[in-house]
Amino acid sequence: MRIRLRTCIKAWIWRVTTEPAGVSLALLSNVKALRNPTLWRILRAVAFCVALLPFVYLLQGAVLNTLGADPGRELALETGRWALRLLLMSLAITPLRELTGLAGLFPLRRTLGLFALFYAVLHFLIYNVFLLELRWSEIGSDILERPYITVGFVALLILVAMGVTSTRAMVRRLGRQWKRLHQLVYLASALGVLHLLWILRTDLFDAVLYGTILGLLLGYRLVTRLKRRIRLGRARAA
Amino acid sequence: MLIKSAPDILSSEITPESVYRNRRQFMGDALKLGVAAGGLAGIPAPAFGASGDALRARAPADMERSAPAGWWQEKFDSIAAAERGGDFWTDEDLTPYRDVVTYNNFYEFGTGKADPSQRSRNFNVDPWSIEISGEVDNPGSYDLEDFMKPHQLEERIYRLRCVERWSMVIPWVGFPLADLINRVQPNSKAKYVAFETLVDPDQMPAQAGRFNIIEWPYREGLRMDEAMNPLSFLAVGLYGNYMPPQNGAPIRLVIPWKYGFKSIKSIVRIHFLEAEPPTTWNMMQSSEYGFYANVNPEVHHPRWRQDMETRLPTTLFSSGRIETQMFNGYADQVAHLYQGMDLARYY
Repeated sequence: MRIRLRTCIKAWIWRVTTEPAGVSLALLSNVKALRNPTLWRILRAVAFCVALLPFVYLLQGAVLNTLGADPGRELALETGRWALRLLLMSLAITPLRELTGLAGLFPLRRTLGLFALFYAVLHFLIYNVFLLELRWSEIGSDILERPYITVGFVALLILVAMGVTSTRAMVRRLGRQWKRLHQLVYLASALGVLHLLWILRTDLFDAVLYGTILGLLLGYRLVTRLKRRIRLGRARAA
Repeated sequence: MLIKSAPDILSSEITPESVYRNRRQFMGDALKLGVAAGGLAGIPAPAFGASGDALRARAPADMERSAPAGWWQEKFDSIAAAERGGDFWTDEDLTPYRDVVTYNNFYEFGTGKADPSQRSRNFNVDPWSIEISGEVDNPGSYDLEDFMKPHQLEERIYRLRCVERWSMVIPWVGFPLADLINRVQPNSKAKYVAFETLVDPDQMPAQAGRFNIIEWPYREGLRMDEAMNPLSFLAVGLYGNYMPPQNGAPIRLVIPWKYGFKSIKSIVRIHFLEAEPPTTWNMMQSSEYGFYANVNPEVHHPRWRQDMETRLPTTLFSSGRIETQMFNGYADQVAHLYQGMDLARYY
C-alpha cells in the first residue's frame, strides 16, 4: 500500500511538473476574436466603470442618507471590503492570463490594483475623518497600539508605494527593483485578510472566503514557480 | 445645526419621529409650494404625545407593529409613564425609532447590523412559553400571557451601551425583573440567575449557519443582587409599541449599566442556581468578555478603547462621539454592588 501510494505521488508530481499548464484553457488564445485589441480596450473600459460602481453606490447612499444609523462606519466597512476584493481580483489576473494565454488581460492587473488602492485610501480617510474626526493623537495610538490597525496601515503603505511606482516611466527607471517592490503585494493582501479577520467578532465567513481565495491565488504561484524551477533543473541536467 | 433639548421640555413640544424622519420630504414639499423660510413655522402639530398621552414617545404610525395576539393589545392599553427626573428616565435625545429597529446585534439572525430586521420579519412569538427552573419554589413552564399577567407595564428611558462602542437612548416598555423573581420565589441556594434565548434554526437562520462559532443557545446571567436591582428590567416593547423581533421579541432583558450583550433577547428559560453560570461571549472569548461586563471607561476591550462611544444616529458631519460614563451613568444606583471588587479583574 505504502509503495503504491509513493508511486502514485511520483506519477502525479511528474505529470504536474511536465505538462504545460491549462492546455484546454490555453486554446482560448487561438480564438481570433479574442485577440482583437479593440475588444480588449472596450472590456477594460467596462471593467473601469464596474470598479467605480461601489463608489457611486456609496456616494449616493451618503448623499441620500440611506446608509443606516451610523453612515461613517458603513462607508468605512464597505470601502475596506472593496479594497480587499479588488486587490484579490488584481492578483487573479496573472493566473488567468497564464491559463488562457490571453495577453489582453494583462493591463487589467494595474487597473484593478489602482482601484484597490483607491478604495483603501478612501477607507483610511473615511475612518480618520468621519470616525475619529482627525484627532491625531488617537489616530497615532490606534496605528501603534491596535494590531489590526497596524497591519491594515502597513498594507496601505505597500499599496501606496506600488501605486506611485505603477507608471511606465517608473517601471523603466526601477528596473529589477520594480519587480521586487511589487512582489510586496502578496504581503499586502495577506495583511488585508488578517486586518479583516481581526475585527470580526464571530462570523468567520468573510475571512474564510477571502482567505481561501488568497490561498488559491498564492498557491497557484507557488506551484508554477516550483514547476519552472524543476523544468529549468531538468533542462540544465540534460 | 445643534439642537439641545432643555430638561423641562414638554413632550408635546418634541417634533414627532415621523415628521422628523420625513423632514426632507417635508422641506421638499414646502419648496415645491414656493414656501420659503417663513413656511418653517407651519410644521404640523405633533400627531402623538400631545393629547393626554403621558409616554415620552411612540412608534411612528407608519412603522407601528400590530399585536401578536389580542391579550397583548389589552396589556399595552395601560402603560405607566416613566417619572420625569426619576431613576428610570433621562432627558437625553431619544434614538429615533427607525434606527432602534434597523441597527441591531442579534447574531441568531446574522452578524450584519441590518440582518436582524431583514431576516426576522416572520418571527413568530405567539404562542410563547418560558421555563422557570433550578433553585426556585415555583418552577414550571409558563405561558407568556400568564407570565406577564400580574405585572403592570411601565415605560423606562435607558441608555444602551454596546461593547462595540455605540450607544442609543431607548424608551422601553416592560416590568422590573425583581417583581418576577419575587413571584417565582427562588430559595436560599439561588445565588445567580441564568437566561437562555430560543433555539430555532428554522426561524433564526444564523443558528443553522456553518461559519458561526457561537454555541447555541445564547446564554446570559446575573448575580442575584444585580438581578434584584430596581434598574434590571424585562422589556416586552419599545416606543410604546410591541417589541420588534430584531430587538428581542417577545421578551428580553435590559440591564442598562452593563454592555448590551448582557441584555439577552427572546428569552425562553430562566434558571436559578448556586454557581456562576456560563455566558455566551465569555465562553467564546474570555479574555475579551467577562461575566460582569459592566460599562467601564477605564477598562478597555483588548481590541478597542472603551472611554468613548458613538451616540447613534450619526451623520457624516457629526460623529456622535461622547465620553463613556462609569456604569453607563448609573453609578449612583449600582456602584454599591461592586464595592471592594477589582473591576479590572472582574470585567
